[in-house]
Parts: sequence; structure tokens; C-alpha cells
Amino acid sequence: MAPSDSQDPVISVRDLRVRFGDREVLHGLTFEVRRGETLVVIGGSGSGKSTMLRALVGLEKPSSGEVRIKGVDLSTASAREMDAIRKRIGLAFQGGALIGSLSVGGNIALQLLEHTTLERSTIDVMVRIKLEQVGLSGFERYSPSQLSGGMRKRAAFARAMALDPEILFFDEPSAGLDPITAAGIDDLILSLKKAYGLTMVVVTHELASAFLIADRMVLIDHGSIAAMGPVEEVRNSKDPRVRQFLDRIADSTQEDVVDHMRIFTEGIR
Amino acid sequence: MRWVEGVGATTERSVAYVGGLAEVSANALRLLIRSPLKRSRMLDRAIHEAMAAGVGAIPIISLVTLFVGVIIALQGAYELQRLGAMQLVAGLVAIAITRELGPLITAIVVIGRSGSAFAAEIGTMRVTEELDALKTMALDPVAFLVAPKFIAMAVMLPCLAILADLLGILGGSLFGTIGGGYTFGGYMLATRDALQLRDITSGVIKSVVFGIAITAVGCHEGFSTGAGAEEVGRSTTSAVVISILLVIAIDLIFTGLFYLARGGN
Repeated sequence: MAPSDSQDPVISVRDLRVRFGDREVLHGLTFEVRRGETLVVIGGSGSGKSTMLRALVGLEKPSSGEVRIKGVDLSTASAREMDAIRKRIGLAFQGGALIGSLSVGGNIALQLLEHTTLERSTIDVMVRIKLEQVGLSGFERYSPSQLSGGMRKRAAFARAMALDPEILFFDEPSAGLDPITAAGIDDLILSLKKAYGLTMVVVTHELASAFLIADRMVLIDHGSIAAMGPVEEVRNSKDPRVRQFLDRIADSTQEDVVDHMRIFTEGIR
Repeated sequence: MRWVEGVGATTERSVAYVGGLAEVSANALRLLIRSPLKRSRMLDRAIHEAMAAGVGAIPIISLVTLFVGVIIALQGAYELQRLGAMQLVAGLVAIAITRELGPLITAIVVIGRSGSAFAAEIGTMRVTEELDALKTMALDPVAFLVAPKFIAMAVMLPCLAILADLLGILGGSLFGTIGGGYTFGGYMLATRDALQLRDITSGVIKSVVFGIAITAVGCHEGFSTGAGAEEVGRSTTSAVVISILLVIAIDLIFTGLFYLARGGN
């Protein structure tokens, strides 16, 4: 059951625009993420969903608009405020982004060592627990390069959860994985949701996984929101852009020609 | 008039580049003084870097400067012999090594070993999103990666330069005792008489600045790496090329300053 509208938003995004050079990739996104819900952001390759995720955690500066996490505007936050927020969030990167010079255990221990005053022995126990949660017990001493893609993703989840964050962000958690491993990742996200009541934002283009884990969904198409709402509402939407994405219909050739012409004429200009 | 524009653009780029170096150095210094991270952990990382960049370079620097010491002695002897001034070989080696070649060769070896490694390490971390991961974990990449490298290099380069001085003089004494008619003790006495403290201190001061410059270039190149593996290669190459250029330029400026400070004679 999705939480009611009356609950305060943990993340609120208002008219978010991001541009790279003179090309705008996000054209004014406005949405909220409520406490304890799982928001799944779907969209095709190049739709801007990963850029949006990067803007949500402050890795990308908005060219206008604002992103607020727990009421703090990221673009005006001081370094200290930003650090305080970042200690309360976890982000699992698409490729894991584990620090290559540290072991798997070292990656998970890193924030505990840097941001807490816990004893080393306590931290070791916590690392073991976190790895157990993602089904990687016994891999503390492995180097990230010795892990498979799926294991690296799970290790990245464990690292994202190291400080017991309030908000978890996942970038393409099941992209590039075989169906069995991908289903395992979905189960993992669902169990995290059930066990800790975390607020989660998941960016994905895997529809099956999206419908399974979402409370609400946002469909991003060419840098703007095409649809937003509870899972059933999006699933039953009549909007042609939504239908095209959900029914997996390729762009028609006519549009391709128009696109090509546009590229061609832009090249001349 | 095209070439004037070219010169202008190149000058602007160079000034901007030096600005970038100053920025990364100033940031590292600020984050060292007001560290957002734990100091004990910062020291651990600095020691780790010092072991890799400093202690790891001892064998190669020893070997290279030993050879250079022999070479300077041989080259010097070639000319001095004709003047019947073989007794000056020890002084020539001592002054050439301590003032100039010890610090310079140390810097060039360290550029090859560590300057390139800094650029490759940070560049790869950028490509694999590890830098972004550090940021989202509230670990500033400059405080976490760069500041310890600055401490390590500013401490280790002068140490390595002193080692290079010793080994260079030892190399000179090898020739001196075998082919130059010195006794080992006599060679060392001649060396001591030829050297003044400022010969050594000027070299050591230079090498501190070299260490800072090499770190700044390596890290700056790493952070400005574009997307993809070949970009890491490109930034590693430019880290080496630019560091060598910068070290020689700094050497020139410092040598000029030391010369003027002595009254120009």
C-alpha cells in the first residue's frame, strides 16, 4: 500500500532543468518522493533518467529549479550540510563503482571508519552483517575486480547501506544481469523495503522489475515526465508515449527520418 | 595575424592550466588544515602514499644517481686532466649533484613512477564513477585522495633528493678512487671542503617545490580525464610531459633566485 499524500515528502524536485553546454537534457521535472515509498523511474536509454538521479544526489548541478532532500535545497547547501545529507543517503551505482584499491570489506567499512567512532572490531562485525544481507558472506577479502557483475552490484548495495541510510538510490540495479540474478536483485530490494521501510528511488528500464518493486512510477521521455502515478495507473495509461514504452514498440521509421533531417539541418546551422 | 591569435590562445590556456594547478593545491591545503575527515586516517593514507611514492623509489633513484655520479666524474676528469686539475673532480661532482642533478633526477624518476600513477589512478576512478561514489559517501575526493599525496610528496621528495646527493657523491668517489688517484677518505674530505651548506639546502628546498608541482599536475590531469580508457592514457601522458616541463621551469626560476640572492657572483 502506498503511503498517503498527507505525508511529508523526503525528496521534492521542482522544475528541475539540467543542461550540458547548450543542450538541455532535463526540461523541468517536478515530483516528490514520500517517506517509505519506492519510486521507480523508468525511461528509455538517453531519456535523462540517470542525469536526474545524479541531480537528486547533488552530483549534477541543476541549471535551474531545485532539488530538496529533507527540506534542504542542494544547490544552496553548504559543504557541511551536504555532507550531513550524504551520510543519510546511499547510492548504488550501475557498475558498482567500488573503490578498486580497497577490498570488498574495505569498501563497506570505509564510511564506518571515516564517519563513525566505532571500534574496528565492531565495524568488522557490521561489514559481515551487511555482506550477509546481500548474500555475499565470506567475500570480505576479495578485491572488487575478482567479483562478477552481479556480485559487484550486490556489494555496492551493501556499501550503500553501510551507514543505515534513510534514502537509498539505485541506478539500473538489474541492467546487464541474467534473469535469475536480476530476480535475486528484485527480491533483495523488496526485502530491504519490508525490513527497514526505507525510502527508495530506483532508476531502471527493466519493466518487469519496475512493476514488481514500485509503489509509484515516473516515466521520463526525452527529458520530461510522460506519466507519473501509482503502478496500476501507469500500467493502464492511455497516453501514446507511455503505451509505446510499455508495449515495447520501436520508434516509427517516419520519425527516424525526421530525426535524421533534424540532425542534418542542425549540423549545417 | 593568425599566429598572434594562436599565441594568445595558447597563453590563455597555459595561464588557465596554472590556475587549475593552484586551485587543486589550494583546495588540498585548505582541506588539510580544516580536514572534514579524520586526521588519524588521513595520516594513514599519507604514510601509505609515502611508502609507494617515496620508499618504493629508493632502489631506482639510488642506482640512477650512482651512475650519474660516475658519469659526471668521468666527464669532468676528461677536461680537468688536461689542466692538471684532477683534484677538482670531487668538488665538481659534489656541486653538480647537490645543487642540480640530485634533486632534478629525483624529480624526473618520481614523475615517471608517481606523477603518472596519480593521473592514472584518479583518471580511472573518474571513468569508473569511483570519484562520484566517494562524493556520495561524503568523502571529498580532494581531501580523501589528493591531500595525502601532497603531504607524502612534499616530505618524500627532499628525503629522496638527499639520498640522491649521497649516492651521486658515492658514484663520483668510485671513479675518484679507481681512476682519479684519490683515496676514499681523501675524496670525501675534498667533497666536504667543496660543499657549502646552502648547496644542499637549495637543492632540498627545490625538491619540496618539485614534489608539490608533480602532485598538482598528476592530480589535476586525473580530475580532468574525459570519458573512456584512452582518455586515462592521454592524461597520464600529459601528466608526465607537463610535470617535466614544469619541474625544469621551476628549477630555472629557483636557480636564478638563488643566484641573485647570493649577490650574483
